[in-house]
Amino acid sequence: MTRIYVNPERCTGCKTCELACAVQHSKDKTLLGAITQTPPPQKRLYVETAGGVKMPVLCRHCDEAPCLNSCITGCLYKDDNGYVRRKKGRCIGCWSCIMSCPFGVISQDNHQHIAVKCDRCHKLDVPACVDACPTKALQLVEDSELPKEVRHSVVLAAAGS
Amino acid sequence: MKKSVDKATLQMIDQAGDQGVELIWDRYEKQLPQCGFGELGLCCRHCLQGPCRIDPLGNGPTVGVCGATADTMVARGLGRAIAAGTASHAGHAKHMAHTLLKAARGEAPDYPIRDEGKLMAVAARIGIATDSRSVNDIAADVANLALAEFSEKETPLTWAATTVTKGRVETFAKLGVVPTGIDSHVSEMMHRTTYGVDADPVNLLLGSIKCALADYSACHLATDLADILFGTPKPVVASANLGVLKKDAVNIALHGHNPLLSDIVAQVADDEGLNNEAKEAGASMGINIVGICCTGNEVLLRHGVPLATSSVSQETAMMTGVLDGMVVDYQCIIPALSNLAECFHTRLITTMDIAKIPGAEHIAFDEANARETATQIIRTAIEAFKKRNPAKINIPEVSTPAIAGFSTEAIVGALGLLDAEDPLKPLIDNIVNGNIAGVCLFAGCNTVKIPQDQNYLEMIKELAAKNVLVLATGCASGAFAREGFMTSEATNQYAGDGLKAVLTAIGEAAGLGGPLPLVLHMGSCVDNSRAADVAVAVANKLGVDLDKLPVVASAPEPVTEKAVAIGTWAIAAGLPTHLGVVPPVVGSKTVTEILTATAKDLLGGYFIVEPDPKKAADALYEVIVERRKGLGLSA
Repeated sequence: MTRIYVNPERCTGCKTCELACAVQHSKDKTLLGAITQTPPPQKRLYVETAGGVKMPVLCRHCDEAPCLNSCITGCLYKDDNGYVRRKKGRCIGCWSCIMSCPFGVISQDNHQHIAVKCDRCHKLDVPACVDACPTKALQLVEDSELPKEVRHSVVLAAAGS
Repeated sequence: MKKSVDKATLQMIDQAGDQGVELIWDRYEKQLPQCGFGELGLCCRHCLQGPCRIDPLGNGPTVGVCGATADTMVARGLGRAIAAGTASHAGHAKHMAHTLLKAARGEAPDYPIRDEGKLMAVAARIGIATDSRSVNDIAADVANLALAEFSEKETPLTWAATTVTKGRVETFAKLGVVPTGIDSHVSEMMHRTTYGVDADPVNLLLGSIKCALADYSACHLATDLADILFGTPKPVVASANLGVLKKDAVNIALHGHNPLLSDIVAQVADDEGLNNEAKEAGASMGINIVGICCTGNEVLLRHGVPLATSSVSQETAMMTGVLDGMVVDYQCIIPALSNLAECFHTRLITTMDIAKIPGAEHIAFDEANARETATQIIRTAIEAFKKRNPAKINIPEVSTPAIAGFSTEAIVGALGLLDAEDPLKPLIDNIVNGNIAGVCLFAGCNTVKIPQDQNYLEMIKELAAKNVLVLATGCASGAFAREGFMTSEATNQYAGDGLKAVLTAIGEAAGLGGPLPLVLHMGSCVDNSRAADVAVAVANKLGVDLDKLPVVASAPEPVTEKAVAIGTWAIAAGLPTHLGVVPPVVGSKTVTEILTATAKDLLGGYFIVEPDPKKAADALYEVIVERRKGLGLSA
């Protein structure tokens, strides 16, 4: 499975990912279409800053997803790819998922009484946020590749010291 | 991503790909996706509390730190772009005025006054006495009056007030946008868009229009003085595209905007001694001067210097491996040329003290020693010729003839062949009888965002078939020239019957043995005022204002802030003006609405934003039909 890997050292806080996310969730999937759509589309990830660090915070599509476990209507489910998604028409807006998400990345829809969350752009090979990031602070990595990269950086650090 | 529709350019793009050399299109791809806030104009860096962004989708902040709304932010950004464009034309025009003054005082012997007729015409228009006065005295007065235009005057700019219709003057006065100082309006725009000054989008847009009218004045002034110093263009046959570069010649490209440098280099390049030096170095054909971008247009129109390429494809001239020197002044010279020159033997030579590029060599250009500097530049290129790498030579065998040089005076002169008493009458008669449906001025650049030349070609085919007379300036001219649209053949192939008949009648009267070219090349981008002059003359003759004429403008592939300024004065002049790239204003509904709709009620002109060339041509033609109906003419 691939995951969206966030490297805060590379994030400049430009919010291009937020904009790309909202555009991808608009009707005609273009910037001009999105700004003229009523109601406007909504982003699913959030660039936050604290302690001098900027980084996008987004759904991890947890293996043991607290949001899914707390969903009382069976709206949230795990699809074949392992992405935690919503079934259309099932959300009643009880906000259990919002309260249980450890990352705070599920929000209320601005115009309907339902929750909105990342669907990992399940129809795209590369999610819109990753594709849009100008500094590659967001990268799509294979689960198996990530530990290898981390090990590599540990060795590099040792070599430098 | 399709990069160009031009054969020669595509050949060079392939060549660059094979050699692993990066061109503008590669750099653009690396920039993608570009920032959506920037695309919409919703980013402000005008103070140190920013940068601020406004969320166009309402999920985030709706105002900046200072409280500036999307409307304020967008209007301020547009105002600054227009100020930057105006500053560019002002710099160009002032340079010309200082040189004319030096020429008049005998301090610039390399700049004789070549067109006394134009000097007298300009002097008479701006109210300078000419009777029993010396040419130099008149020229000094013209230059001093020109220089006075830049600071804040208590009266309207002379170059605006004396060149537009009475109706325009009234409209500008009513809206409070009469320009009174070229540099002072640039300065005013920077002031009113800084932290905590003008926040009213409507007021900011009116200020922007005033600044754009200052730009118009600067453009007109620059053209007038260039004609006085170097001659008013007359029809000339030249050729265009990369095939004009010669394997057996020392090839020197003149790139940039101001004729003060390029015209002198073009003159000096005829020197027999220098040509012999080139031959001794091994270049059997001697020196071959070619143009790039608008200074290329300046020397194309006045000396028949061939145009190698323009604008977005400027790097391709170096890719041929035979460009020995590239001499640049200012504007549209991309800094990437310096890195590219390192891959070849080409010497990139900057000449203006305000425009240096790391990696280029600087030969400071000074009007007092112009020919001497030009000689030094040419010798540098002859030296470089000796270091050519034959393995890197790849010249596309593509060039087309181009008939150019249609200044306002040349157009009136050509029409005079049909009716010497009343030269404008044949044009007006043919507009009235519908042989000419209307006029479209193509202006602007080529952009990396649109396959090079594509929009120009698609639009002209549509419009010419509907009998729209096409004028062009700047890199729009470059596009039409290299694609073979400045020929009699193009008129025969693409013009509608009415247009063809008119162009044929004039062409034959002028002894061309065929029709005038389909596109009339009026000059560089600073020369857009030439097209305005034609429109003003027609309007005055008909006794109507510009906003009633079936005249439109289009910048189908725009790039620069100068284009934004020109487009804005075009709408102020009453011309519906098409843009083929969405400008960074759509983040504000108010500003977008004013520019594309409200402006029509206030000025007559307005922007038509349409990336699709077919739809754009249809939209412009609809406007022409609408205006014809307004004048009581048949569609």
